[in-house]
Order: sequence, then structure tokens, then C-alpha cells
Amino acid sequence: MLDSKIPAGPLENKWNDYKGHVKLVNPANKRKLEVIVIGTGLAGASAAASLGELGYRVKAFCFQDSPRRAHSIAAQGGINAAKNYQNDGDSVFRLFYDTIKGGDYRSREANTHRLAEVSANIIDQCVAQGVPFAREYSGLLNNRSFGGVQVKRTFYAAGQTGQQLLIGAYQALERQVALGNVTMYARHEMLDVVVIDGKARGVICRNLVTGELERHFGHAVLLCSGGYGNVFYLSTNAMGSNVTAAWKAHKKGAFFANPCFTQIHPTCIPVTGDHQSKLTLMSESLRNDGRIWVPKKQNDTRKANDIPEEERDYYLERRYPAYGNLVPRDVASRAAKERCDAGYGVGTTKQAVYLDFRYNLINKYGRAEASKHGIENPDEATLVRLGKEVVKEEYGNLFDMYEKITGENPYEVPMRIYPAVHYTMGGLWVDYELMTSITGLYALGEANFSDHGANRLGASALMQGLADGYFVIPYTIGNYLANEISVKPIPTTHEAFEVAENAVKDRISSLMQIKGKQSVESFHKRLGKIMWEKCGMSRNEKGLNEAIEEIRALKKEFWSNVRIPGEINEMNPELDKANRVADFIELGELICIDALERTESCGGHFREESQTEEGEALRHDDQFLYVAAWEYNGEHNWKLNKEELEFELAKPTQRNYK
Amino acid sequence: MDHYTMNLTLKVWKQKNQSERGHFETYQVKDISSEMSFLEMFDVLNEALVEENREPIAFDHDCREGICGMCSMYINGRPHGPWHGTTTCQLHMRAFKDGDTIVVEPWRANAFPVIKDLIVDRHAFDRIIQAGGYISVNTGNAVDGNAIPVKKENADSAFAAAACIGCGACVAACKNSSAMLFVSAKVAHLSLLPQGEPEKRNRVLNMIEQMDKEGFGSCTMTEACEAVCPKEISVDNIARLNGEYLSAAGAIDK
Repeated sequence: MLDSKIPAGPLENKWNDYKGHVKLVNPANKRKLEVIVIGTGLAGASAAASLGELGYRVKAFCFQDSPRRAHSIAAQGGINAAKNYQNDGDSVFRLFYDTIKGGDYRSREANTHRLAEVSANIIDQCVAQGVPFAREYSGLLNNRSFGGVQVKRTFYAAGQTGQQLLIGAYQALERQVALGNVTMYARHEMLDVVVIDGKARGVICRNLVTGELERHFGHAVLLCSGGYGNVFYLSTNAMGSNVTAAWKAHKKGAFFANPCFTQIHPTCIPVTGDHQSKLTLMSESLRNDGRIWVPKKQNDTRKANDIPEEERDYYLERRYPAYGNLVPRDVASRAAKERCDAGYGVGTTKQAVYLDFRYNLINKYGRAEASKHGIENPDEATLVRLGKEVVKEEYGNLFDMYEKITGENPYEVPMRIYPAVHYTMGGLWVDYELMTSITGLYALGEANFSDHGANRLGASALMQGLADGYFVIPYTIGNYLANEISVKPIPTTHEAFEVAENAVKDRISSLMQIKGKQSVESFHKRLGKIMWEKCGMSRNEKGLNEAIEEIRALKKEFWSNVRIPGEINEMNPELDKANRVADFIELGELICIDALERTESCGGHFREESQTEEGEALRHDDQFLYVAAWEYNGEHNWKLNKEELEFELAKPTQRNYK
Repeated sequence: MDHYTMNLTLKVWKQKNQSERGHFETYQVKDISSEMSFLEMFDVLNEALVEENREPIAFDHDCREGICGMCSMYINGRPHGPWHGTTTCQLHMRAFKDGDTIVVEPWRANAFPVIKDLIVDRHAFDRIIQAGGYISVNTGNAVDGNAIPVKKENADSAFAAAACIGCGACVAACKNSSAMLFVSAKVAHLSLLPQGEPEKRNRVLNMIEQMDKEGFGSCTMTEACEAVCPKEISVDNIARLNGEYLSAAGAIDK
């Protein structure tokens, strides 16, 4: 049933061989083929631009007011590439291996290897587009380190790398709009996919300005709609980030893979109260220079700067001396939770740890600058002053953002941080060509499941989004569309469009007719609370069973008591939100079912029943070396399909960052 | 940091759609924490309005991290409110005190028509980018990223200009609703880099032509745009644009 279509041959030759033999579509035929792209983040914008350049007729959709606002823009730290500019031992193999290991051996080797192979092209492409990466005085590109890795392979633009990469892709996209190859539909949300004779042939969208439903035909449909972290309500995702496009596809037959693999990022600004609408990330790159610690004494109420060095517990450096503060995200998050649960947390809520820059500010940057300026025996104040200037250049925008949110100056006092939902490794199941289990329907970027296994390494999301859009889909889509060249555009008066639009219309009117008492927001908050408490950083059988029951009850209540003000045929943000939250509730149930079924710990999925004596995640490769691809069979009813994972080069071992 | 709560009076622009006339409506909000963001205060207000079966206030927002450029409130006569270098979503309630009255309007500019309440249509910015705000390179085998060294100071200046989030605060602040800061930031970003050099002349001419076509006003260098820009984009970019425009226009006349 699940054919991953991995090409034959040795791992390192697969992609080249594939490219050499894949079917091509000639330029004249490309102009007759229409492709729909949902979402304009790194994956969507790069795909839409590249396919437009090739000559396909592309229609791109985003719910924001401009494609430039997709949430890829908020990615901070950087993008990985196996360039080995630093001469520190990096290679395609190492990037591949680090990614597989970081993902705790739950990703597909062939896809991950391809990702590592094209990583270097991405940097070249972005530089050619004018992405202003950080540079050395020599004029050459600079690198920094990220977690789970012992080389420096991360390219960056201060703490705004996602912004710069997205603007590059957005500009390429707008160029294609100007040339007439791409038609852009902003403030549009996809509410269903149209399937005709087993093939994806279009979408139903809602124009968010007028409220009207629209039908759009495409020979193929690409979902580049991002992740589903907002199922937890509080996350680092944008307020509008949602699962709706992927979920509609799932209900039409696309399998949803490994939904329980959600990434809790270790360094976010802690929650302050019930009013909180979202959480803000402090880039992982800060762990290059920030040291994480808590007081050695429980319930210590002293201010951070009053706690002497010998009374601080640098618990990551203590537990994981080889990687120290740069352990992967799942490991760092659990370690923070462990300290806080044991009573060593800091701040008013005690749900926080310190991220302290003072040591490196003085010893790394301060001393280097002093030496450059020929200052001998500098005092501490001088070192602080000199170090600050460098830190400002590296992370200035992050420090400013921290200060705006918390009112505290991180140059003076350590940041308080705590883990928060950030990224979802799970997503629509795709084969090697990025096609879902619906023919002609593709999923790119965070919306698919394939490259990061159970835990994504830092600076790899940008890499994957752009790899899929710039360098993978332009080849793989041809293999499908080459057989579609004789298919004339299907008029949107076709019965399948009619049926799909009516279903969407009915659902919207039933939502509006409920006229209950509770706001959409209140349901979303309650869903988030269930998910965070029972399917968050640590999970167990009892909690997951409870969560499933609670979510089912919440769904009933939502559909009988939600209140949506306003009208259907107008701009109505509450209705937009209701459509999204209704889907999140259904997804929440599936996430818990998947987490319940996987009775091992791996990556971001920590089952309390499965841990080593030291409290590390304990995998069960004998039972769970597979992708869990869930097939929708009606309400509360899913069938599990398994794609067995085979490891040819990166043999699974217990991850060790000690 | 000491936290406190406050009661506030809000005067907010309400407008059903592009064609109907808008008006100010007054709301009272209570027990607002100084730790909230400005938009979280609006969330609280909207929750209360839904509860009372009244229509919530529509406003643009998405990332709430000051980077997507979607939020766009004109607060007490200033785009994005009182804090320097800060978007609306990053403005926090400790900027206000108990008993304050806050006036909130949408961006006001002919080129940014109001869609609903505080939401405006900024599509004109996308069309300006379409006119030339890019480097014409197709996806493919670009040369090695280190093949063309870029002076660090040029890369840094290009980055500073490219940090523009396209929110439109510069237009909202300008008495002429000029989009010069936005356009100049893009022109500078690309022309400071060797990759952007070949298209330099046409880029500046075409982008300015599109800017005029969209109905943005002229620049008289009051520098109000720089003062309110949440990303602190410098008006030096405008000077650079003017220089490039003159030399490009002169070259074409010959």
C-alpha cells in the first residue's frame, strides 16, 4: 500500500540517478500545465517561483495579506549547508548522518541524504538572489554552530535568517508574478482539495476579504502550508498558522505520518499569565554563547547575579560534557523540565532556567576584542564593554526583543527561558517524490514528515523548506506531469468541484448556526491545555487515554456551543479561526492516538514508560522502526499503515551526547 | 520589574468595509496587566465583545514577534505606538498607565485603502516589488557562494536595508503618504551587492514609476518615516536612491 518509491542503488547515488532518468516535460507542454501552490513560506514561495521559471502556470495562495508574511519569516538562527568552508571536517555525509542521528533514527534515509546533497546549492542560490548573509572581513561567508552538531555549518543573517531567505524567495516569486507565470491569491484560505478519478485536480478556497468561496483547477496541487504546532494553542507559530489545508487533504485520503512527533524548543520566553497569546523563541544560536544554569539550591529566591559561580549548576555541561549547551533540542528541553520539576526553577513561576551570556561576553568576545585592540590586562568593565559590541552584532535583534517582552536587559541579567512548542516533524506522508497518498497532491516543507524523524536539528527547517521548493519538486513533479500533458484543464463546473464547494458551504453555515455561548478562542485554549499537559514534553498511557476522551468531549461541545459573530459573506476573522480550530480539535485526537500507540521514547516523543535509568529516551527499534501513517476512515476512526524504515548507512544506535 | 494592572478607554476606528464610512467607537477595558502585549489587550477586548454578542474589532496580526510586518495600528497619532523601533505586536502595556485613553486608527493613505476596521490593503507594496525589487536569477546552478566576495560593510548595510518588514508605517507617518523609505530600502539592499549591480538602473526607474502609479506621494525629506520605522531603516537609503535615480535617468536620456 505504502510505496515510498525510493530509487534503487547506493544511497549516495540515488538522487543523481533519479535526476538522470526522471521523465521530462517539454517547454511547450509546461505552458499547458497548471499547478496550485498552497502557502508561500520558504517551501511554497521557492516552489512557486521555480515552477514559474520552468514555464508551468502557477497559482499561489496564502492567507496573509502578502506572500512575504508567511511564518518562515520568523526563523531566527540560520540555515545548515555542508559547505565545509570552515575546514572543520564537514561533508554531505556528516550533515546527513547528524540529521538522521538528531532525528533519533525515525526519518527516511534516502530523503535525508538528498537534503544534505542539495544543501550547498541552496546557499549559492540564495547568495545569487542577494540574500545578505553574515560575512567576515575577508568578504567571505561566516558560519556559526547549532545544536546536535560538532562542526560550524550554519549560515545566518544576524537573528533574522528566515526573514532574509523568505524575502529572497518572495522576490523570486514576485518576479514570476510580474512575468505572468504565477498568479498570486493573498488573503485566501484553502478549505478543501478536489479529487477527480483519484487525482488531486483543484482546491476550494475562501476569499477572506469577501467571504466568497472560489474554485480553482490545477493539474497538480502542492501543499506548502507549514506545521501544526498551534494545536497546542501556545506555541512559537504565528497566530494564523494552521493545519487546515493538510487536514482537509488527510480527510480526502492523504495519510498523516507520525503526528505525535512535535518539537518542544528549549529556549523560549516563559509564559507570564492566562492572557498569553503566543510564545516567543530565543534562537538556538544563543546556545553558542549562552550557558544554561539553575541554582544548586532548591527554591533559591536570590537574584541571578547574586548567586555566586560555585552555587550554579550548569546542568547541560554537567550531564553532557561532549556537547554541553549544544545538545539537541529534545534533550535540552527535557533537561530543563527535569530541573524545574525537581524544584530548581527560577523566576516568579519557577518554570524557567537561566541562559547566561556573561561568561562568553567577557572571556570569548571581550578578550578577543581586547587583544585586537592591543589592550593589555583589561579589567572586567572593559571586557564587558568590548564583548557587548560583538554580541550586539551577532544577536542584537534577539536581545532587543527579549527586553521589549520582559522589560529586562539580557546584557545585564541572564535571560529566563523555558521550553515551548515550536515545530512539528510529523505531517502528511509523502514518497520520495514528495507526493502524498493522493495522486497529484504533494506536500513540501514542514507540512510533510520525511526528513527530520522524531526530532529536528536547529537550522534544518529552512534548509528543508528551500530544498523541497528549489531543488526537489522542480524535478519530481515532472515525473507525474509528463503523463498529464494531454489532460485539458477541467472546468470548475465539474461535479466534483460542485460537491466539494457545497460541503465547505454546509460546514460554514453549520458553524454559524450554532450560535452558542463560548468563543472560538476559549475552545482553542482548552484544547491547548489538554495537549500540553497530556501530550507535551512527556507522555504516558493514562494521560493520553484521558486526553483522547477529553478532546472528543471538547469536539462535541465546540459543535454545539461555539459562538461566531458576524456574517459569512464578509471579512470575518472569528469565522476563519473557527474553521481552523475545528480542524485542530480533530488533529489533537489523532496526535494522542499516535502517541499512545508508540510505546517507545524517541526524539521529541517521550513516553514515561520507556526511559533508561538515567532518564534518557529509550527507543525500541525492534518494534517501532517504522513511520506511522494514519489513514482516515471516518470520525474517531483511523487505520495505521506502517512504512518500515531501513537504514543502509546510518545504523541505529542509542544516541549519545555525553 | 514591577507589574501592575490598569483600566483604559479605547477609541477605535470601526469601518464595515471599503465602501462604507467609518467612525470611532469607544470601549472600556479593565484589569489589563502591564505584562500583556498591546495586541493581547485587544484579544481581551475582543473576547469580551464576543461574550456580549457584539462584533469584535478586526485587525491584522500574525507572527507577534515583530518580523512578519502584518500588524499595523496607528496608536495615539503614531504608527506602531509610542516605543521607538517597535512594531505594534511588540509594544507592551507597561507603556501605558491606569486611566489612559488610547486612540487607535488604521494606516491612513490613499494607496492603502481600508478593508475593515484597522485592516488596510497593502498590495501596492507587492506591485512595487514586482516592478523590479529582485535580482533576475533563475533557480539552478548558481556559482559558489564564496566566488564573489562582498565587503563586510556592504553586506552589513545591505542587510540593514533588507531588514525592512514592509509594514507600511513609513507611509502612514508621512504627511504626503510617500513610500520612499520602503522603496529605497529595497533599492539599497540590492544595489549594494555585486549580484544586484547589473539591473541597478532599470530597477530604480521601474520601482519609482510603479510607486507613483500606486498613488503614493512625493518625498520632502521630513524624516518622519525613519523616526517611526520599527526596523530603524535609515533615510540614508533615500539619499542613495535619489543618487541612483538621477544617474539612471540621465543615462537613459542620452
